[in-house]
This record gives sequence, C-alpha cells and structure tokens, in this order.
Amino acid sequence: MVEVENLSFEYKGYPPLFEGFTLSIAQGEAWTIIGPSGCGKTTLLYLMAGLKRPGSGSIKIAGIPVLRPRPKTGLVLQDHGLLPWATVRENTLLGLKIREFYGPDGRHAPADVKIDKQDSENRVDYWLNWLGIKELENQFPSQLSRGQRQRTAIARTLVLKPDLLLMDEPFSALDAPIRIELQNAMTAFHQKPEMTSIVVTHDIEEAVFLGQKILALSKMCDKDPHIIENHEAAGSTDRTAQAFQKQCERLQKLLGKLS
Amino acid sequence: MKRRLDPKGAFIGFGMFVMLWQILSVVINRPIMPTPVTVLPLFIREMPGDLGLHFLASAGRVLSAIALSVITASPIGLILGQSPKLDRIFAPLIAIIYPIPKIVFLPVIYVLMGITDISKIFLIALIIFFQIVVVVRDEAKNLRPELILSVQSLCAGRRALFRYVYLPASLPAVLTAVRVSVGTAIAVLFIAEQSLTSYGLGYYIVVETYQVLRYPEMFTGILAMGMLGVALYFLVSGLEMRINRHLYLEE
Repeated sequence: MVEVENLSFEYKGYPPLFEGFTLSIAQGEAWTIIGPSGCGKTTLLYLMAGLKRPGSGSIKIAGIPVLRPRPKTGLVLQDHGLLPWATVRENTLLGLKIREFYGPDGRHAPADVKIDKQDSENRVDYWLNWLGIKELENQFPSQLSRGQRQRTAIARTLVLKPDLLLMDEPFSALDAPIRIELQNAMTAFHQKPEMTSIVVTHDIEEAVFLGQKILALSKMCDKDPHIIENHEAAGSTDRTAQAFQKQCERLQKLLGKLS
Repeated sequence: MKRRLDPKGAFIGFGMFVMLWQILSVVINRPIMPTPVTVLPLFIREMPGDLGLHFLASAGRVLSAIALSVITASPIGLILGQSPKLDRIFAPLIAIIYPIPKIVFLPVIYVLMGITDISKIFLIALIIFFQIVVVVRDEAKNLRPELILSVQSLCAGRRALFRYVYLPASLPAVLTAVRVSVGTAIAVLFIAEQSLTSYGLGYYIVVETYQVLRYPEMFTGILAMGMLGVALYFLVSGLEMRINRHLYLEE
C-alpha cells in the first residue's frame, strides 16, 4: 500500500531527518509511528499525505508516486483542523463539498466517485452517530471539548471512505477515559480489512495498543527502519495483561537505544 | 459583544434623540438651532423631492467607494497575511500610511483625477482601503497552518481553498473594517461634497442652505446625513451578525 523508497529529507539549516530510508506497509495493516519530539514522525506523515515533497527518493501509495494530496488518503491532524465558522455538520461535510466543487476529476476527488447530495448527508449522519457526536451537529468548534473536536475531525475524514488513514497524535489532547474509548473505536473500525492506518504517537501504550506493527524513529537521522511486530498485543482488551506490558517494555527499551 | 438594535430599541433611541434635540433648541433659542417640531415635518416633505436626490447622490458615492475598496483591498490583505515575506516588505510602508488622514490628499486628487465624482469616490475608498488591508491581513495571519494543511489534505486546490477557507475567513474582517471606517468615510464625503458638485448632502448643507441662512432646511440635510451614517452602520452590523454566527453564540 505504502512504499517508501530511499527517502531522504531535511529542513533547510537542520541535520537530515531521513537518509536512504526504505519502508513497506501492506494493505490492511495498522501501524503506529513513535519517537521523541523532533524525530520526524509528523514529517513522515506529511510526506505520505503529499503535503511535503521528499528531498530524494520516492513514496508510492497504491503504486502511484505521491506528488500531491491523494483523494483516498485521509489525514487527521492534532487539534486545529476545523473551520471555526462552520458547525460540526458543515465541517464534516467539507471534504464532500470540495469533491462536489471539483467533480470526479481523479485529482481532487477519486475518478470513480459518484457525488450524490443525499448520499453525502446520509454518510455524515452515519459517522456522526458512530462517533457519538450527532447531537452536537449544529454546534461550532469553539463550543466543543477537545475530544469532541477531535471526533469531528475524524468524522470529516471517514465520510470520504479513505483506504489509507493517517493520524497525527489524534488522541494526545484527550483525557484518559475518552482516549481509551476512541482508541477502542479505532480498533473496531479496523475490522474492515481494506483499511490501512498509520498513527503517529508519542505514547508507548497507545503505540502498542493501536499498532500491529510499530515503527520507532530516532532523534538522529533515520536510515534503517526499526520495526516491532506487535500482532498479538494490538487491540488487547486488557492493558494490564503480561503480554501487553511486555511489548510496552520492549518498545521502551528500543526507544531508549535510539535516543 | 452586543450591538443588536431591535425595533423597540431603535424607537426608544430615536425618541430620546428628538427629546434631547428639543431641549437643546429651547435652551439655545437661536435660529441656528431650530426645533424638531419645525425640522421633522419639513424633512418628511422634502425627502421625496430635492433633498432625496442629494441623499441618493451621497449614498451612491459612499457605496461605490465601499465597493471599490473591498474589491481592491481584500485580496491584498489576504496575500500579505499569508505571505510573511511580502508582509515584511510592505508592513512599514502600510504602518506609515495607515494613520495619515487621507483627506489631506483632497487637493492633490482633485488636480490629478479631475473634479469628477470619481475623484471623490477615490478619496473615500482610500480611507476604507487601508482599514480593510490591515484588518484582513491580521485575520489572514491568524489562520493556523494546520487548518490550511488539513483542508489541503482533503484535496482542496487553490480555488477550493479560496472558496472554503480564505473567503469565509476574511469576510467578517472586511465587514468589521467597513463598519469601523464608515463614519470617517461620511465625514470626508461631507467635506468633499462642499465644493465642485451640485448634488450631495455636503453641498446641500453648506452651499444651498447654510450659506443662505436657511437653517431649518440645513437641518433636514444634517438629519439625512446622520441617517445615512446610522443606516450604513447597522446594515453592516447586521450582516456581520448573520455571517459571524459562531462569534455571537448564546450560552
């Protein structure tokens, strides 16, 4: 699904973040990316989202090099992505409105997408219900808690039926109970096998809970990917279980080595 | 932020205004201060006639000036707000020009642009122009990069970004700028209309009535000009309220 080949990237005036970095993510997998702040995890996400261009090397999604944001990739940023002047419902509709604005041109909207107003409204209803924010649909972002705002941002992405979901610390701003609830919601969502997801986090437990595979990035320039296979512990219902705790320790050790 | 004026409030406000006027004119008791009892009936009689034409001429000039400044200043404000490089270059210049009372350019503009309506409109537009540039620029600066990025990630190109982000983000700023500068704009209009035209409330108040000592008629002109200011202010205010629903939330 995502092929990162020989990627190099640096911000002007700073040491390079990636050099000859290669990574392959198969369709249907749930990945988490973890590392200390400044390690380039958000940058890697932006590169995959087509919001930044690699210095050299390439990123291919579904076999096609990413040169601009791809219609079937969904991106959820931390907290501030909502239009302050639009209600929850209007915000959730935004992506569909943009598709309607351009029409199915294959560039701004998938070429095979059918734009049907009623269908759009139904999809918005479905996801608002699913995320438990339907009764807030006429509220503005300033009236919501951070958790509700985050759910709105997630709903806005999911109504577009993405096949690749990129999330940047989607739950970091939330209180623990809501965070766990949303994390559970995300794993439930992953039962649909066609969805590939990549979640950036700095929280070890979250990385182990959400990622079937965990990519750890170092503070230095990343050349080879450090990956932990985590199929057993991911989505574990009991976070105090030994297997889960063991994976957390393992990841902690790896991060200690990398920093 | 409550600026709402309901019909009842407007009625009471107007009543108090007329009463104050009545008291003042009785106390002062000179021809320059006629009572509302003389002026108001005269106003109602004159408005459908000549006075109405003067009113329309003035209103037309202000509205054209607002339109001209909105069309030219909003894009410039947006570009400056979104491009730190350009902003750094032009910010000192704008900071210097912004507080200059633009009315001082009146003679220059008359000579360069001729004594037409266009020069009057241009002068008023100049005042509103800088207000809008500054307010829209500051508003555009406040747009978080995350907001732009996340809308871009929904595959919005330049056109969709403009339609769904920049336009709705700058509209309230444009309205605020217009509301704030409409008073100054009408004051400048009053001065600009005192000469070199034969229609407009400024001309009517100063040349047709004041200079020939027709004080009650002069007051109908003052009333009309006041109404123009009040009407524009509340019109813009009303639009602001409608567009900025998210800023006037009732708890």
